[in-house]
Amino acid sequence: MSSIIHGAGAATTTLSTFNSIDSKILVAPSRTNLSVRSQRYIVAGSDASKKKNFVSGLRVRHSQKLIPNAVATKEADTSASTGHELLLFEALQEGLEEEMDRDPHVCVMGEDVGHYGGSYKVTKGLADKFGDLRVLDTPICENAFTGMGIGAAMTGLRPVIEGMNMGFLLLAFNQISNNCGMLHYTSGGQFTIPVVIRGPGGVGRQLGAEHSQRLESYFQSIPGIQMVACSTPYNAKGLMKAAIRSENPVILFEHVLLYNLKEKIPDEDYICNLEEAEMVRPGEHITILTYSRMRYHVMQAAKTLVNKGYDPEVIDIRSLKPFDLHTIGNSVKKTHRVLIVEECMRTGGIGASLTAAINENFHDYLDSPVMCLSSQDVPTPYAGTLEEWTVVQPAQIVTAVEQLCQ
Amino acid sequence: MALSRLSSRSNTFLKPAITALPSSIRRHVSTDSSPITIETAVPFTSHLCESPSRSVETSSEEILAFFRDMARMRRMEIAADSLYKAKLIRGFCHLYDGQEALAVGMEAAITRKDAIITSYRDHCTFIGRGGKLVDAFSELMGRKTGCSHGKGGSMHFYKKDASFYGGHGIVGAQIPLGCGLAFAQKYNKDEAVTFALYGDGAANQGQLFEALNISALWDLPAILVCENNHYGMGTATWRSAKSPAYFKRGDYVPGLKVDGMDALAVKQACKFAKEHALKNGPIILEMDTYRYHGHSMSDPGSTYRTRDEISGVRQVRDPIERVRKLLLSHDIATEKELKDMEKEIRKEVDDAVAQAKESPVPDASELFTNMYVKDCGVESFGADRKELKVTLP
Repeated sequence: MSSIIHGAGAATTTLSTFNSIDSKILVAPSRTNLSVRSQRYIVAGSDASKKKNFVSGLRVRHSQKLIPNAVATKEADTSASTGHELLLFEALQEGLEEEMDRDPHVCVMGEDVGHYGGSYKVTKGLADKFGDLRVLDTPICENAFTGMGIGAAMTGLRPVIEGMNMGFLLLAFNQISNNCGMLHYTSGGQFTIPVVIRGPGGVGRQLGAEHSQRLESYFQSIPGIQMVACSTPYNAKGLMKAAIRSENPVILFEHVLLYNLKEKIPDEDYICNLEEAEMVRPGEHITILTYSRMRYHVMQAAKTLVNKGYDPEVIDIRSLKPFDLHTIGNSVKKTHRVLIVEECMRTGGIGASLTAAINENFHDYLDSPVMCLSSQDVPTPYAGTLEEWTVVQPAQIVTAVEQLCQ
Repeated sequence: MALSRLSSRSNTFLKPAITALPSSIRRHVSTDSSPITIETAVPFTSHLCESPSRSVETSSEEILAFFRDMARMRRMEIAADSLYKAKLIRGFCHLYDGQEALAVGMEAAITRKDAIITSYRDHCTFIGRGGKLVDAFSELMGRKTGCSHGKGGSMHFYKKDASFYGGHGIVGAQIPLGCGLAFAQKYNKDEAVTFALYGDGAANQGQLFEALNISALWDLPAILVCENNHYGMGTATWRSAKSPAYFKRGDYVPGLKVDGMDALAVKQACKFAKEHALKNGPIILEMDTYRYHGHSMSDPGSTYRTRDEISGVRQVRDPIERVRKLLLSHDIATEKELKDMEKEIRKEVDDAVAQAKESPVPDASELFTNMYVKDCGVESFGADRKELKVTLP
């Protein structure tokens, strides 16, 4: 029981320290704060003294139930307000449409976003509703249309620039780094660049090396931009809306394989805080930090881990730049062990920066070195088996947790 | 040159009469705004459009303003040269002297609602848009009172309230930005145009053609101005471009070639371009101009061209001299008055330099300001973690 209160407590402290982008906007309580969810956790090994004695609880205790799901299931979710169910790409579209309705300065530009409806249907129907001047089909020139979006943003428009695949935005790297990121600073604050640059990235199903790139590692050092990664329909819509409303340039990383995730989301207007991490599953033994698609691999591994008697705390960091060191720090202070699971490459990825940040800031709280599981430093191969081996799989996560918790 | 013909034509009748008048009745510098029509020396060459007329409508007030503004810009650039050699300006410093006619001619044809965006050779464009000399010098010397608070430097002058969008260091990157500005003007129905300036070196950038394609496709009020000073740093145009007729490179986009050393021709071309862009979409203006200094202060400017060439252009085509001759031949001002004006401007510039030298450097806390709008409470560390640790506001 103590762990549940602890978990809820951690969530409430996070809630109270939200840095709202716009204080007037209703920020719906984060999903983890729903009392229903926390009550469902019957955690193995909830001793008062956590530090090193939990290992004795490695055998599943007979008094504890075997948990089939590590995530709270939704069938008895009675306290949730009537929402509506939709897929992740529909959630993105809903967010985009609501923002375009709300503010006439918001426009979308990208390849095939208009008449075609978007290569992943995120902008479907928008061109018919808002017209050609607000939903712009560009020719294939990432450098130019990203630059144009940034130029338009300098005057006050709020373009949402879509890269059909994040990897194509490498062609616009100069515009994103020098103009998007730096103009606010080099002009002494005269210009703000409220663009949103979004697109699907990550390793898909045998898409080949050039279409499986993870650009968050390349963009992370650009000063002046914010990066967020969505992983569920709820946070996809929330982050999309928050990104559009933000005065700073935001890069929203979506994942090719997550577009068809289904979830029930609230009917009312809500946004997610751009700089906040999401507590997916509170726990005691180890903090697992992840984002985007790897969240699902982690949750799958968590099922196995719980059955083995571990109690992982899973945090979806969501905000890739800047890191939500507050939530992460509180978690590290509680569990003293950190595992980072990411889809980026090992060298210079998000995990590498996060490891450095945790070591610098929370070194005293760590009982073991921070472990980081990332994709291999190879171009993503086409063959299915090879592709599987490049990316972190749940079995590897389980092994890593067992290793760290020894 | 045609101009000398022009001046000699009027001079033969008027000059002796004027000099015969006693000084007491000689009129002061004319600030008349009654129209004068002047023919440009060099005709316009056009591509896919009609050339504007060679007769430019102007007034003595305007020509005098040209002289004053160009002299101010020239003085500023020369002062920047000495400051750089005195190591008060560091890094890159790209000087515009020789090209002043472009800045003043363009300003005369447009309003402050029209946007201008240019590359790193932006000091004079900034002044033309209403920037103050002291702000320019402070920024060059990295002081807090500079136009970008000392954080931009020579290549990052901006003036939002005058629709001057900078000031960009990467060659050619400002062209898509400029087309974006034109897009926003069309989106907001501003009835204004954007002038995106770039050089002969940037004319070979892919993003130019990408942006041009989109602008032509979407009918954006974008005017792309190629400041052809014939050298992309050390490479002459004949060595870098297969087709150095930059006004024709737009292919399906109309273009106009203009004598960029003649402020009146520039004014006429910009006026024509503005009318065109508001109705028909993008147009390219190629301004045939010249820079006396090297590409930047670290380039002597004489390894890839002869000193004779530089002094030749200075003698025959200098924009300030041209306007001076015009003022004298039309009796708008006398030699002495112009010299006095130049002295005044020199003093103005020296005062601005002195004031800028006195201004303070930015505080350490300024390192972290303007990173984000409404910074998100992230902690940032400087080189020394103990000293510069700051929580972003």
